[in-house]
Amino acid sequence: MTDVVTSPAVDLQQLSGGELLPSRVPGETRVVVPLVTLPRACQVIVDGVGARLATMVAQDERAETGSFTLAYTFAIPDRRWMTIECQVPADSPAFPSVTPLVPAAHWYEREARDMFGLEPEGHPDLRRLVMHDDWPAGVFPLRKDFDPSIPVPRVEADPYRFHTLHGDGIVEIPVGPFHAGVIEPGHFRFAAVGEVVLALEPRLFYTHRGIEKLIEGKSLDHGLQIAERICGVCSLSHAVTYCQAAEQILGIEAPPRAAVIRSIGLELERLYNHVGDAGNMCAGVGFMVGVAHGARLKDELQRLNEQFTGNRFLRGLSAIGGVRRDLDVEFAAQMSLELARIAREFGELTAMILGSETTMERMRRTGILPGDLARALGVVGVGARASGIDLDTRRDHPYAAYRDGETARRRDGKTARRPDGQNLPPSPAVGRGAGGEGYSAVGRGAGGEGHSAGGGEGFPVPTREEGDVAARLLVRIDEVAVSFALIQALIAEMPAGPLIAGWTPPTTDAAAFSATESPRGENLHWLRVNAQGTIERYRVRSASFPNWPAVAAAAPGNMVPDFPLINKSFELCYACLDR
Amino acid sequence: MSTLHPLIPMLQSRQDEDASTLGQKFSDQVQRVLQRSMQIRHLDAGSCNGCDWEIQSLLCPAYDMQRLGLDIVASPRHADCLLVTGSVTRHLEIAAIRTWEAMPAPGIVIAVGACACGGGVLQGSYCTAGGVKNVLPVDISIPGCPPRPQALLHGLMLALDRIEQKLHHSNHEFRIGRSEA
Repeated sequence: MTDVVTSPAVDLQQLSGGELLPSRVPGETRVVVPLVTLPRACQVIVDGVGARLATMVAQDERAETGSFTLAYTFAIPDRRWMTIECQVPADSPAFPSVTPLVPAAHWYEREARDMFGLEPEGHPDLRRLVMHDDWPAGVFPLRKDFDPSIPVPRVEADPYRFHTLHGDGIVEIPVGPFHAGVIEPGHFRFAAVGEVVLALEPRLFYTHRGIEKLIEGKSLDHGLQIAERICGVCSLSHAVTYCQAAEQILGIEAPPRAAVIRSIGLELERLYNHVGDAGNMCAGVGFMVGVAHGARLKDELQRLNEQFTGNRFLRGLSAIGGVRRDLDVEFAAQMSLELARIAREFGELTAMILGSETTMERMRRTGILPGDLARALGVVGVGARASGIDLDTRRDHPYAAYRDGETARRRDGKTARRPDGQNLPPSPAVGRGAGGEGYSAVGRGAGGEGHSAGGGEGFPVPTREEGDVAARLLVRIDEVAVSFALIQALIAEMPAGPLIAGWTPPTTDAAAFSATESPRGENLHWLRVNAQGTIERYRVRSASFPNWPAVAAAAPGNMVPDFPLINKSFELCYACLDR
Repeated sequence: MSTLHPLIPMLQSRQDEDASTLGQKFSDQVQRVLQRSMQIRHLDAGSCNGCDWEIQSLLCPAYDMQRLGLDIVASPRHADCLLVTGSVTRHLEIAAIRTWEAMPAPGIVIAVGACACGGGVLQGSYCTAGGVKNVLPVDISIPGCPPRPQALLHGLMLALDRIEQKLHHSNHEFRIGRSEA
């Protein structure tokens, strides 16, 4: 919305050699480049300033400009975004692939090929990704001339060609799409020699529901109902991301009290996920006591969610312009006490897990994701932080109450005050609970006194260097401590004021994007509305999208029976990915 | 919270007297109808995973459905009923039908959640069937977005009644099963 042409922005423009366009969100530099220079421009941004490919948005603008557009958006350290755009002519829908130079573009370009029929020339892998093989050739669901009301027949097609390894003793193990437990569907094809995995190829997108197309033509409010249901366990993160993108378009901002309530909700979402995940990781090694306690505490957190919002998955809390529910003083105090108890019990659980040598031995050096590989794939969230990448959207692109300024809540680190003025006991989550016998679970930045509840430099982002299953567990445990402390701090300093800002449907064509840190990592929603006030294009890049290739990359060299453990340690959603 | 939400009813803990009475009645009924435990197969036919996590939470100590004689099994061949979540996506439709065909009779189908019951927010999508009933014969529908664990247990109680009805109103051939017929 605001045009921020600062000097670093100009530098970025010079780096990519493009022509400057008005930016869509604060901190964005947006340039358009000729088609032939697209891959080089992307590479220069990635290599030159250490940018991470955050999303790629294809659009069918044939009716307006006679061409398709592609926009590669990069996250740049220091709270900036860089978008490189180009136009793809309608009569020859092909573009030079960025993937050979920027591997993170791999799936984005395959998806654009499936959904828009845009051919990435020079892409190393041109198999179907989102649409499976019985979807007819030449039918592209996200093109504007595709009518979703006409049923699309299944066609006979060659079966999907998995990469196969040949050699003595190599066995292929197909698994899925349905699995033995209560798990989402996806197919995994292992190539193994004896117990050892040589290669793993996932075949996903089974739960593809066509959400990006479905939402087109809907009002902003209707769109929220769908966006909130992209994923169950990331419901609030998706809802808030969508609302923030819409608010950006509308030129409004959630009031301070709403921002704090959103952040409390987002941290509750992180808590019930991380606590449950820490327990579920124990299932990967058969440490069932850990599983049971994790599931019990997760359920208690979900009951708290229900008391707070009326829904165990925090659905219905966020609205465009703010929140629908208040957090009154009495319930906030009750929540604070309940969270303190759960934090204490989670501390007992982590001490139990970290003190179980057989459990930790299975987790250490298992499923290693090297940092350079994680960087090349554009991995986000716990998976990235456990491989030494210091990234967290809450700090890097602050939103809600993580921002500095008037909504930031800073905490003195010692005494949180209850809304009625009485002192609360210091949060047991802080500095305690995480460390088990002989292990320091607390990585860089986390734990200890002096948590800053506001965003900015002081925001604690725990990282580990090992990149193994144990590192992902420890990062989660540290993040749980941060979240408990953050909620206590936010409750202690709730600003007064309205819960929601008013708005009227937009009357001009406008686009914006927004990102939040879900329990799985950065969710990024790109939203465009038209002059009729309905949604023209919606692009969801969930945390699971860049992270799934990392799961496949972390498996080789491990035992086949360790794959469930490795998979659980990343804990990605299929629904978030498939949409 | 020591004081629970008034909507969290019985069945939530072993200690609760009413819960144990109701639970005892339920597990007695399981025993009477099936002469063994009730075997459930979960099938995610394209949900958002909310319903699936609620099914998973039935196994946690707070609900502990195994104490009632209910269990999740790894194969449809072992299952008395199928808990189907999601509106059935195009990419899962064939696999969902095959899963159901692999079940022994009477093969009860339970649609779990708003999407499974009637397509939910996904109506009009090019890639979903708009609800389980358009693909499989649904016996029980459990609404909710997602349904709470208590609603799932209630649905499973209804499913048990349904199994009893079907067994009662059928002759021996029904017990042999579809796939062998």
